[in-house]
Amino acid sequence: MRMKEVDVLELQKLIDSFANKDVYIHLETTNGSYATHYNEQFFNASAFIRNAKIRYEHGKVINDNPHRVGLKLENGWVYAQGITHYELDEQGRLLMAGLNHEGKLAIALEISETPFT
Amino acid sequence: MTLKPQRHVLVVFPHPDDEAFSSAGVIRLYRNMGVPVTYACLTLGEMGRNLGNPPFATRESLPEIRRKELQEACKVMGIEDLRMMGFRDKTIEFEDDEKMVKLVQDLISELNPSLIITFLPNYSVHPDHEATGRAVVEAVRRMPKDERPTVYGVGFANNTIAEKGEPDVIIDITTVKEDKLKALLAHNSQTTWMVEENQKRIDEGQPMSDSWFHYEKFYTISFVD
Repeated sequence: MRMKEVDVLELQKLIDSFANKDVYIHLETTNGSYATHYNEQFFNASAFIRNAKIRYEHGKVINDNPHRVGLKLENGWVYAQGITHYELDEQGRLLMAGLNHEGKLAIALEISETPFT
Repeated sequence: MTLKPQRHVLVVFPHPDDEAFSSAGVIRLYRNMGVPVTYACLTLGEMGRNLGNPPFATRESLPEIRRKELQEACKVMGIEDLRMMGFRDKTIEFEDDEKMVKLVQDLISELNPSLIITFLPNYSVHPDHEATGRAVVEAVRRMPKDERPTVYGVGFANNTIAEKGEPDVIIDITTVKEDKLKALLAHNSQTTWMVEENQKRIDEGQPMSDSWFHYEKFYTISFVD
């Protein structure tokens, strides 16, 4: 299966299915490592976390384009802005991604019951 | 400039496609001369941004795609000894520095290369490139002077020529440019956008193809004792 554009109702159901479970997340924002090479004025900042274990009491996808997804934790939050595509992959992991107009990944938020390899 | 004969060439880059962009022509020429070439590719480019829109891959399926592309590119270049070193894209600079130096030392003692091709420290833009070049240079620097292989560094930061001058090694790869093109195209997930980008640059009067398909350029790294 290929990632498809966000269908809010379906994605919301998938987000709900991981609530109140110990899950591993991958959260990444990126401008690419060459951003400053191509534009020296560009301030390149990004963040990456893989296999952080969390548990969220509820999650929500906001019907805007691109979409925002927020997960409410017992003591905090996880959110991602710019989500355009998603799939439930063959390993049962929820992969969400924000792809820009050139097809380059700008953000990824992924949820899995088992660690990402 | 013609290629100097070599006993064994060791190529060390962090990402599948680094070798194709920078050195595919030289590698193919060495293979045509019968020189063994080992390619140690540190990561699978897991963090590559190009997934397409509509997407052809996910963050999680990309590594396997790039592994196959790398194997195909190696076939085109004639590389029979490909080592995929199992590091993760964009994390090389955060690895233990000594571990990275040791990795290169181990490759050198196993293969006894007379030439190593890698990135030129301080002029290679991507943090993984810098960390890779640094590890190679440090490993070679620690060798006895008369045992050191030659090290060619690839530098392409915007300030490279202003600060370093023109590269001292300029190899005409025109006779194998078709092979270089094939190697680049083998890295399909990385180069489809590039073909479009190139078109844009041609439209802007700055095609990339000239420099890429006629010459490969390197800085011979010198060691201060």
